[in-house]
Amino acid sequence: MGVGTVELSVAPARARRSTGMLIGLGVFLLLAATQAYSISISTPDRDMGHLQKIMYVHVPAAWNMMIAYFIVAIASLRYLWKGREKDDLLAAAAAETGALMTGLTLALGMIWGKPTWGIWWTWDARLTSTAVLFFIYVGYLILRAFVDDPDRRAQWSAAVGLLGALNVPIVYMSVRWWRTLHQVQSSPSTLDPNYTLSLRINAIAIMIVVLFFIRHRYQTMQLEAAADAMHERIALGDRGGINA
Amino acid sequence: MTWRDEWRRVQAIVWKDLTTERRSKAGINAVVFMGVLILLLFGFALGPDTEALRAAAAGALWLAILFSGVLAFNRSYQLELDGGALESLLLYPGSRWAIYVGKLIANLVFVLIVEAIVIPVALVLYQVALPPGWPALIGVTVLGTVGFVTLGTFYAAMSSRSRAREVLLPLLLFPMLIPVLLSAVEASTSLLGGDPMLEAGAWVRLLGAFDIIFLVASLLAFEYVIEV
Repeated sequence: MGVGTVELSVAPARARRSTGMLIGLGVFLLLAATQAYSISISTPDRDMGHLQKIMYVHVPAAWNMMIAYFIVAIASLRYLWKGREKDDLLAAAAAETGALMTGLTLALGMIWGKPTWGIWWTWDARLTSTAVLFFIYVGYLILRAFVDDPDRRAQWSAAVGLLGALNVPIVYMSVRWWRTLHQVQSSPSTLDPNYTLSLRINAIAIMIVVLFFIRHRYQTMQLEAAADAMHERIALGDRGGINA
Repeated sequence: MTWRDEWRRVQAIVWKDLTTERRSKAGINAVVFMGVLILLLFGFALGPDTEALRAAAAGALWLAILFSGVLAFNRSYQLELDGGALESLLLYPGSRWAIYVGKLIANLVFVLIVEAIVIPVALVLYQVALPPGWPALIGVTVLGTVGFVTLGTFYAAMSSRSRAREVLLPLLLFPMLIPVLLSAVEASTSLLGGDPMLEAGAWVRLLGAFDIIFLVASLLAFEYVIEV
């Protein structure tokens, strides 16, 4: 097991915790500021009114979930190549964050869809493929929860993460052939300039939130792995055990 | 290790798995029965209206195949685990992918036999008349089955050795199979209606691409999955 890299003692862990709290506070304030700015600056949309402001979280969450899944794929590939535990933990942290962002995208999309389209859900290509993506990565997280051995969990979830990433374009294409209704997705070029800047800064703010979540979960998982190793060492009477 | 040696290993595994199944017939009986049962349940759920049943036939049939076939994959590894045979299988010299291909072919034969029984039952129950171009339907069925079995054999290598294996396999497998389900159902429905829009071809190409991509990916990744 590759836990030898993380040596646990109380003082650095405590210092790391307060750094994490500071960064978290900063990230939260940044997001609050960009949201407040966008909500105050943008005039109500001609068709959607204030409902349009859902876009400032919905669209950035959808963009950033792709970043998270990209990290899952890269970290999984690197794990299979190099076999280092930290790549596995990074992939897991990114998958958790990506699943959260996907859930947020779906939930906000439904809240927006009810007053705009008159329906909570429709079997449109983008909605459906996002839902499938959500299930693929929830499956990944469930697999991790059901396997106890760290090496086995790492190998298996890396393979599942890679196959899942490979399937994303195929799912998207097949569902698009099947049905299409979603408006062309919002991007700065389809927007009134009034909204462009707001969308951009919120995309960046949420990207920072995503990176913070990934970093935070990654560190937590490293500490958990180190704590497990420590328990094992203590249980074996500090003789190092089979892995030392 | 030459290709010939690997191919002999593949054949040995296929023979072993199929012989075990032929002698007990426990798996095939259960899975066929389950498939027919699901067809019946769909019949009850969608009502006795023949038109509605006929329109939903391809979808109901494919769901019956997926839900019953998924029972076979864990079993294919479970038999090895019960006898402590997986370790010995891994100890034999040769590539890991030969084990995967052997299991894949054995599972493919198994599921195709199940389909050979379940599909005619579906045609009778849902009162579907075969169109003149029915050989194309067989092609679609085989392509869809290859995609299903490829991923099923791969994921079962993990789920069969984890906790809660009965739950884990469908959770991992079914979201991945959505392209297979969509293209198989759309192509079959279109062919059953005589393919008026000539759209079956595109779906068949998608199925073929899916099969090839995941066959290659599973072959490459299997080594990592089986060795731990």
